[in-house]
Amino acid sequence: MASPKISLHGVTKSFGTKKVLQGIDLDVAPGESVVVIGGSGSGKSVLLKCILGLIRPDSGSIKIDGEESADLGDDGRARTMKKFGMLFQGGALFDSLSVWENVAFGPIQSEGMDPARARDVAVAKLGAVGLGPDICDLRPSELSGGMQKRVALARAIAREPEIIFFDEPTTGLDPIMADVINKLIVKCVSDLGATAISITHDMASARKIGHRIAMLYDGKLIWQGPVDEIDRSNNAYVDQFIHGRAEGPIQMQVRKL
Amino acid sequence: MSIPVVTVLGRLTLAFLAAAGAITTFAVHAIRQTARPPYYRREILRQMLEIGYYSLPVVGLTAIFTGMVLALQSYTGFARFSAESAIPNVVVVSLTRELGPVLAGLMVAGRVGAAMAAEIGTMRVTEQIDALTTLSTNPFKYLIGPRLIAGVVTLPILVLIADIIGVLGGYLVGAYKLDFNDTAYLRNTVDFLQFEDVFSGLVKAAVFGFLITLMGCYHGYNSKGGAQGVGMATTNAVVSASILILTFNYFITEAFFAR
Repeated sequence: MASPKISLHGVTKSFGTKKVLQGIDLDVAPGESVVVIGGSGSGKSVLLKCILGLIRPDSGSIKIDGEESADLGDDGRARTMKKFGMLFQGGALFDSLSVWENVAFGPIQSEGMDPARARDVAVAKLGAVGLGPDICDLRPSELSGGMQKRVALARAIAREPEIIFFDEPTTGLDPIMADVINKLIVKCVSDLGATAISITHDMASARKIGHRIAMLYDGKLIWQGPVDEIDRSNNAYVDQFIHGRAEGPIQMQVRKL
Repeated sequence: MSIPVVTVLGRLTLAFLAAAGAITTFAVHAIRQTARPPYYRREILRQMLEIGYYSLPVVGLTAIFTGMVLALQSYTGFARFSAESAIPNVVVVSLTRELGPVLAGLMVAGRVGAAMAAEIGTMRVTEQIDALTTLSTNPFKYLIGPRLIAGVVTLPILVLIADIIGVLGGYLVGAYKLDFNDTAYLRNTVDFLQFEDVFSGLVKAAVFGFLITLMGCYHGYNSKGGAQGVGMATTNAVVSASILILTFNYFITEAFFAR
């Protein structure tokens, strides 16, 4: 494997007494798309936020292009951030700004692009996710959930990032819109030649957008491998998860009725 | 079994000190980040409009009725000592030194501090603040800096306007209800007014502007857990800003006027 784009070693994070990540090792090669699956509350979002530097891990090393993320100051962090694009679970569009201002936010604020040109860039990016220029001046709250997701995707790719993160991209969408988003993700990632990490518990989505799947359980990555090997993982935890069974080694903490 | 009083007192003291420390750290970080570029001019202007211009009606109404009631109340008191001529002076000094900045501060805390905490709190729980960071934009510079600057700059202007409107209220009651000679009322107002009266009020206003926006930003930025968390942040922002305004008001007064 070529030198990894993202490299995690022994990453741990606790909130109070709750150990969320207990030693994560993960290497992602340039241009590779890794999907992290796991149940709700298994620490998937925390993992992404640690890599982004939004949450500081308690110990372990996170390297982006060989650069240790913890050593970065404010300026270094801003510079590294330019490599990243992130699609948030709820979209996280700025509701005080119009649709095009949301998409053009990165180019205008961090690259100093002038607004007229940035608007053209925004229209082009919206076109790439299948949205017309007619919604440019609407507010995010005036759009449907699926459209908001697409605008958020357009914003995530607006700066043509080298690395894109997808946080539960299909959650809350109907199956058809979910597939539309999956296809857009695959297209955007391959068009940009970007490295991607997605987190999801939607197996259909995971199979479609990932080259490799890693399963997070109890703060550890208990299995990783190529997508087509997930059905013969010989791992009881993975099997239970991908078939969505209530019975198995993973015990949901539900009180008996 | 009852919890010993000392334990409760200790717990309260610790909680208070922890909060004071957290707020101070937040304030120092915010000021440092605000002082260094980039500056978001459009955001600063937008916030000045929001905090200053849109607060004018509320602050103006508060000021005019305060001035009117001051004139009326001091008349009923002062008439007993035949000291009616001191009324214009009492009105203008109480307004510029105390009531102008404090009442304007409390009204703006309710109007702007609450809105600020709710807006930033919602941005926090919907991950918009994280999104800012991923778009290489420092939330302290983009969200908090412009609000702090706008608060410190616009509150003194608001208070100056409130002073003028308040004096007008007192004058209206004095001249048309209490049968003062209107030129004498205005001359009395101006003659006794000292620079320090107005200046101390404006210094207070700038400090209050900082406290209101700081509390709005602090509670919003640190809000957790959905609608309830945002609601709590809003309440906390208004309550803490109001208490801080009243506390700082005393100490600034002492710094200016205690001999």
